[in-house]
Amino acid sequence: MKFGVVVFPGSNCDHDTFYVLREILNQEVVELWHKEHDLKGVDGVILPGGFSYGDYLRSGAIARFSPIMEQVISFAQRGGFVFGICNGFQVLCEAGLLPGALLHNDHQKFTCKNIHILPDNNDNILTRDLDKQQPIKIPIAHGEGRYYAKKSTLQKMRMQGQILFRYCNQYGEITTDANPNGSLENIAGICNENKNVFGMMPHPERAGDEMLGNTEGKMIFESIINNLQPR
Amino acid sequence: MKKYIAEINVMPLKTLLDPQGKAVHHSMQNIGFSEVSSVRIGKHITLELEAESKEKAMERVNEACNKILANPVMEGYAYEVREAGEG
Repeated sequence: MKFGVVVFPGSNCDHDTFYVLREILNQEVVELWHKEHDLKGVDGVILPGGFSYGDYLRSGAIARFSPIMEQVISFAQRGGFVFGICNGFQVLCEAGLLPGALLHNDHQKFTCKNIHILPDNNDNILTRDLDKQQPIKIPIAHGEGRYYAKKSTLQKMRMQGQILFRYCNQYGEITTDANPNGSLENIAGICNENKNVFGMMPHPERAGDEMLGNTEGKMIFESIINNLQPR
Repeated sequence: MKKYIAEINVMPLKTLLDPQGKAVHHSMQNIGFSEVSSVRIGKHITLELEAESKEKAMERVNEACNKILANPVMEGYAYEVREAGEG
């Protein structure tokens, strides 16, 4: 599988993503500079974490108009696999490829720690190979991760299986205490209606190498690689 | 073409929690502004632009608010446009 990792000015998880895909999972990966207009024939695009354009105006608001994003949007509209992690998730919401928005954490603090998430269903390529009963330990690192969408949107998303992950405690219980940022319904990740555009706040690429003491995030990439159709 | 100045206020939607406003409110109460019952914090944006008329300028400003300056999912906006040099 050939993946493209978009690099915006201010991206800072691009190398981690690149490294996990190439060195740990033996995939072909190319970097896609934000000024480029060509996706280089990739099978899937990943928008990494970071602070694109310094998070000016709103996180993701300026990156969403980068030249490369025109290609990413048209790729997504043709059914291509697009996955935004953290800031990448914010960019996809700003671009209108994913519903809702990510607001300032309810406690107004930047939070960087390990948390747990639980897959909500197995009806998409990102969660297909995951166990719905098994909480995944994974790091978060964000100040604006409070997922919000209108009630009617949220209801539609629930019906269509668009919720990927919810924050839970280490026992897999979805509780208010386990919600690190005030996200509606403990939502940690979502997908679009067509299930080809994905976004999550936690960082699977930071939990892929044994040297870092946690490899639970790797399962998410493995599910993608196992289930994604080459284009 | 005339020069216009747009003054834009972008505010978090009233239905949403504004943690920044809440923190400032809390602090104000601690330092003796107990009569303040609510604080909400948004952004003020000033644009200078050229347009054929004030109406055309307002149209463009509105377009800019919708497209980039505000995110309607979480923010509302209001603006005033005046000719440069006025007031």
